[in-house]
Amino acid sequence: MKDGLRESMTDPLQMEKQEWKKRQMQHRLKQILTISSPIFIVLLWEFLSRTGLIDARFFPPPTEIIGTFWAMGMSGELFHHVGISLFRIFAGFLLGVIPAIVIGLLMGLYGPIRHFLSPLIMALMPIPTLALLPIIIILFGVGEVSKVVTIAGSVFFPVVINTVAGVVNIDRIYLDVAKNYGADSKQFFFKIALPGSLPVMLEGIQMGQAIALLTIVAAEMMGANSGIGYLIWTSYKAFLLKEMFVGLVLISFFGYLFSIILRGLQAKLLPWR
Amino acid sequence: MEAKISIKDLTKVFYKKESRVTALEGISLDIADGEFVCLVGPSGCGKTTLLRILAELEKPSGGTFTIAKSKKERPLQSMVFQERGVIPWLTVEGNVSFGLKMRHLPADVIKERTAYYLNKVGLEKFAKLYPKELSGGMKQRVSIARAFANDPEILLMDEPFAALDEQNKFILQEELLNIWSETKKTVLFITHSIDEALLLSDRILLMSSQPGTIIDEKRIDLPRPRNMEQVRADPLMAEHFVEIWNHLQDEVQRSRK
Repeated sequence: MKDGLRESMTDPLQMEKQEWKKRQMQHRLKQILTISSPIFIVLLWEFLSRTGLIDARFFPPPTEIIGTFWAMGMSGELFHHVGISLFRIFAGFLLGVIPAIVIGLLMGLYGPIRHFLSPLIMALMPIPTLALLPIIIILFGVGEVSKVVTIAGSVFFPVVINTVAGVVNIDRIYLDVAKNYGADSKQFFFKIALPGSLPVMLEGIQMGQAIALLTIVAAEMMGANSGIGYLIWTSYKAFLLKEMFVGLVLISFFGYLFSIILRGLQAKLLPWR
Repeated sequence: MEAKISIKDLTKVFYKKESRVTALEGISLDIADGEFVCLVGPSGCGKTTLLRILAELEKPSGGTFTIAKSKKERPLQSMVFQERGVIPWLTVEGNVSFGLKMRHLPADVIKERTAYYLNKVGLEKFAKLYPKELSGGMKQRVSIARAFANDPEILLMDEPFAALDEQNKFILQEELLNIWSETKKTVLFITHSIDEALLLSDRILLMSSQPGTIIDEKRIDLPRPRNMEQVRADPLMAEHFVEIWNHLQDEVQRSRK
């Protein structure tokens, strides 16, 4: 009887279990809060739009946007626009990132190359690639190439600058280690410079990804007859606002998706961080 | 017997616009094969500069040095760096085999030697981990294993234990002596710690502060294997300790004037 009482009152294990449950609850609450804010906004929007408190012509209720999304998906129109935009983003992204990494590594490793090229990069960087669109069109025509080049141009700069910074900021002691243990220039490149600069380089690629998305929408608004940006712009001009919202939501979705993919890639490539 | 390391009249001057600093002046020195030599001196006396010159990370302004070669395929020297010398993006295994890989040795040799020295420093279970998961003492074990695995003619050690706590320091010093007694490498070791120098050395070289010169040397004839209790209990060692201590005090005072 006496023992039973003690057990139920002060069993330390039991107490810890309670504490643990409490922590689990708090964790779940935080997760719920994170998903609740977007849901709340969508519900509010739906309510305001349905009751006419905001103009449903400009802000159609989310359920109707979903309906439009479905209809556009069924007709195949949506896939055409999304497909062409994704192609432009990927092609432009690769065309920008690969040379940026190569040139960035070379600039980081070799002082003369860095000093020679950095004024050019510094001078070109502040010009929005979109402002160069007329020149790009003159050079590459109005077809796909000019869009891909525009994306590539805007992705190139953040990646090249971060790659140079990544190499230059590798701790000197690792360079000494490599030299002391007899690394030749090829080994130095692959064992020290590339992995050592990778964290900062990937930050640049993450930035480039965001800029690519901004650029593609704007470029497609300015001069294209397909793509998500084109969809947004023409829907707006024809006052098809539901279609326009479908385009906006798609951009938001892909932006989120790409940054998740890149973050996953980062974790994969940098197990040592 | 011919000297393993022979240094003649080595001088290093760092030259900048308005200032010139003579870090080393007229260092002449012979170190025998298999000898364990500690360099002790006040901060900024050029100990690290001397080591970096021998490691070919720095060029001397004047003078010469030679390291005798016994086998053609052996690298001349390998350095155990101060803390942070372990490369963070390579695993423990990758760090230990670093020198061997740089020299393109056959894969089975690399594997065998890496495993041997990982085992020697007790890190075989941690082979696949990255340095971020290791303690300071384990990182320095990696650094030591990397240098020994490379099987160089001589080993250069730049205060490898300076950042460790006392307990770890003692453990690593004894481990180092164990591996060293097995391989009988020639070692040039920099330290601030007189205890460390007494425990490890066959000979202690005392350096003066700027410009760095070698002003005295002490032979430590305490029989090996040694441990810290023996060093502390030996009256002759106590005497050495005080002498070296006084010397360091004098040098620090002098450099302040």
